[in-house]
Amino acid sequence: MTFVAKPKTRHPHLPVNEIGLTRRDYEGAVSTLCAGCGHDSVSAAIVQACAELSLPPHRFAKVSGIGCSSKTPSYFLSKSHGFNSVHGRMPSVITGANLANKDLHCVGVSGDGDSASIGMGQFAHVVRRRINMLYVVDNNGTYGLTKGQFSATNDLGSTSKKGVPNLYAPIDLASIALQLGASFVARSFSGDKRQLVPLMKAALKHKGMAFIDVISPCVAFNNHQGSTKSYEYLRHHGQNVVNADYIGDHEEITADYAPGSVEDVTMPDGSTLRMYKLDSAYDPHDRVGALSYIQRKQQEGEVVTGLLYVDPDAADCHEILDTVEQPLNELTEQDLCPGNAALTAINASFR
Amino acid sequence: MDTIYNDFVIRFANVNGSGSASANGMFAKALFRMGIPVATRNIFPSNIQGLPTWFEVRVSEQGYLGRREGVDIMVAMNAETLVEDVASVKPGGYLVYDNSKPLAKTLRRDDINEIGIPIATLLLTEFTDPKQRSLFKNITYLGALAGLLNIEFEVITGMVATQYKGKDALIAPNIHALEIGRDYAYQYLSAPLPLQVRRSNSLGDKIMLDGNMAAGLGSIYGGATVCAWYPITPSTSVAEAFEQHANKLRIDKATGQKKFAIIQAEDELAAIGIVIGAAWNGARSFTATSGPGVSLMSEFLGLAYFAELPAVLWDIQRAGPSTGMPTRTQQSDVLAAAYASHGDTKHPLLFPADPKECFDFAALALDLADRLQTPIIVLSDLELGMNDNLSDPLEWDDERRYDRGKVLDAQALDDLEVFGRYLDVDGDGIGYRTLPGTHPDKGGFFTRGTSRDEFAAYTENPEAYQRNMERLLKKWQTAATLIPRAEISQNGCNGGVLYFGTTALPMPEALDLLAPEGIQLDTCRVRGFPFGEEVVNFINEHEFVFVVEQNRDGQMRKLLINEHDFDPHKLVSITYYAGLSISADFIQQSIADYYQQHKLARLTEVQS
Repeated sequence: MTFVAKPKTRHPHLPVNEIGLTRRDYEGAVSTLCAGCGHDSVSAAIVQACAELSLPPHRFAKVSGIGCSSKTPSYFLSKSHGFNSVHGRMPSVITGANLANKDLHCVGVSGDGDSASIGMGQFAHVVRRRINMLYVVDNNGTYGLTKGQFSATNDLGSTSKKGVPNLYAPIDLASIALQLGASFVARSFSGDKRQLVPLMKAALKHKGMAFIDVISPCVAFNNHQGSTKSYEYLRHHGQNVVNADYIGDHEEITADYAPGSVEDVTMPDGSTLRMYKLDSAYDPHDRVGALSYIQRKQQEGEVVTGLLYVDPDAADCHEILDTVEQPLNELTEQDLCPGNAALTAINASFR
Repeated sequence: MDTIYNDFVIRFANVNGSGSASANGMFAKALFRMGIPVATRNIFPSNIQGLPTWFEVRVSEQGYLGRREGVDIMVAMNAETLVEDVASVKPGGYLVYDNSKPLAKTLRRDDINEIGIPIATLLLTEFTDPKQRSLFKNITYLGALAGLLNIEFEVITGMVATQYKGKDALIAPNIHALEIGRDYAYQYLSAPLPLQVRRSNSLGDKIMLDGNMAAGLGSIYGGATVCAWYPITPSTSVAEAFEQHANKLRIDKATGQKKFAIIQAEDELAAIGIVIGAAWNGARSFTATSGPGVSLMSEFLGLAYFAELPAVLWDIQRAGPSTGMPTRTQQSDVLAAAYASHGDTKHPLLFPADPKECFDFAALALDLADRLQTPIIVLSDLELGMNDNLSDPLEWDDERRYDRGKVLDAQALDDLEVFGRYLDVDGDGIGYRTLPGTHPDKGGFFTRGTSRDEFAAYTENPEAYQRNMERLLKKWQTAATLIPRAEISQNGCNGGVLYFGTTALPMPEALDLLAPEGIQLDTCRVRGFPFGEEVVNFINEHEFVFVVEQNRDGQMRKLLINEHDFDPHKLVSITYYAGLSISADFIQQSIADYYQQHKLARLTEVQS
């Protein structure tokens, strides 16, 4: 971490996006996390994705729980409101926020302790309800803020810094998100910006529950030999199946990925999600197939990354509830209060 | 024997799940439609089918709505509870039972009147379907009671017609079952009894509904757009009422879409989290729960207190601790609600006493939550929430505007030189807030449960933390000026009685019972917390004040002493907490005993 404040001035030649803003307009406060923390790369990816998509930086609701990951909403999109809530409860708070105003981009940042342990129930149910949001888990397999206890995503046999093995089976949040009906599920690695940023962009443009499990190593407590959540382990065992690229309306379609089969998916706003399948046997529209593929690879010690599943047409929670187009928080008394006249019939029904 | 009109307690003993609720409800409604004041109490088990359940109707021309001890008429339809049901009848009272099987000799009492009706036998010849025979038992005793008590028969048949509108095939057999009962009463029993009903005009334009229904409707009128809840007796029907009526009152005419969102959450933690998230983002939102849910919500309540977010929580209290008696009433969450959560927290409370007040407080709570930027907890209870209570009609002043509190829009932010979320600009302890997405450059801030300075920046600076905590106390003082005033009646008595919520129901009767004993008391019905000046004055102006409440530990009394350092000897605790609602007899007896023990002066000699 650094104690040097960010300068307010910016380089005069920084490129501007479609709405005339530079990347600096999407940044947040200086991170207080450890130097080299994977979470800072995730925040940087969110900044880059939002800037490249030219989204208005004040039209976000950033919500988190408690833990290192949950500090990060301070470090991106400082023009937006943020809410650092209670441990494991980001999903319910962001559900309320989304119900109140469907027009804001909801970004929830959580950690593996936050989502796989104390908030496991809320994680499961926000996925089921298909809240229209980007749900990012900064997954480092450890409780950093309380100094290195195992979390529930830690792999069986993976060791602590002192060499003690983890005795319990891991919870795979991506598999659970798939099982519970998330309409966009991805896994990535904080050390692979080239994969992560396009996934973030696609997730932000996706309408519905977009879940990204980002393996984000903890340099202080879980980046040693013996850990399966270290930079080293991910570089050797990460296996990318589908790369995503988000292509806006006017953008030239270019690709510098290794060749493989390509599929374009039209997003609700008319833009394109281009998928590069790196394993031709993998079908990112097959929920059950995806689940079994991930589980099998996990048994082999491999970490499947990339865009694991997408259904661009699935209904989000507002469509399920059939709410009005206008955000609920903009409805006025005229819209909401039936008035005294309506009470005549209501009172009569109680006589 | 002189005939007594419109003054008795009738209790129905049934097996739950046997369809008795509808017949018993019709009985109460029929009397209500004859203009007679009635109060209903459903004493039911935490069970769906097969366990004993009782339904009690207090019929009172004087308009006494509280519970009264003793049963004048027992309709004993449950063999399992027959022993206790027979024993509960007051001497001179009536036992109505199905004498298709004779009453055991051991159960017979010389001091009550037995009214045997061979219900099962009568129905055997009339209905072939055994299920119908079983269901119509209830309707048949209703018909017999119509004869015995002189209930206007057309009123009941009218209700049958309304109830089965659209299922017309059911109307005729129901009416036939009613006639079987009534005709038997006329032919074989000395109907009508000397205890009976007659049309009255003491109800005016009153309506009859349960408090939860009124709370749901009030939340619609008050502008709630988000409701998140988790099923728990006795609060479930608040959310159900909101949804039921919102599906009629909150539908966009052009599109048929909903102007509200309701989520049945996975637990109470999520329910309050959704409410807080919605309120943070500017939607009026509420949840309803009971004691165990309040315990689960406590962490979030502390967050909302400290982060200063509006939230409305209905706690329909039941008997605790733990699971306690989920289907019995109490007022035992006063302290848990007032101080819910860790650290220095306290929350404004509202105490409705009737359905109209549930309706009014539902809307008021949403205003107060926005104005005070803090959770507001409305403490109702099972007695009010789940029983049909008489009430003044619901009213809404069309001139009234929602108080959305201090929220800055984009224009206001542009006009402002400095924005500090937690700056006390107006000196009332309440800062100005902004909603997410309001302005491209101004007004954005981070909401957190950690300490922060006036500009919402995280800090662990001791002075900044303490300044903030003291501002929250200043806000608390502002709250005391906004909470509804207590209802006080003062006639210069040296003693007073203080109560809240449904303890108000038996109070007029208790006071009337005490008057002939030379005991007169000034009254104070507390309607909210923090306590207003008028409550403090009331206590200061009396030598002693009885605090009557429905919990073991005298929680309201403790709250008063804790907040205002009253001399504990001055506040005399009267508590009833057995799970039924507190009765007028109990209050009268407790106060009279205290007078006796302390040899307190009375206005007149005790009448013999």
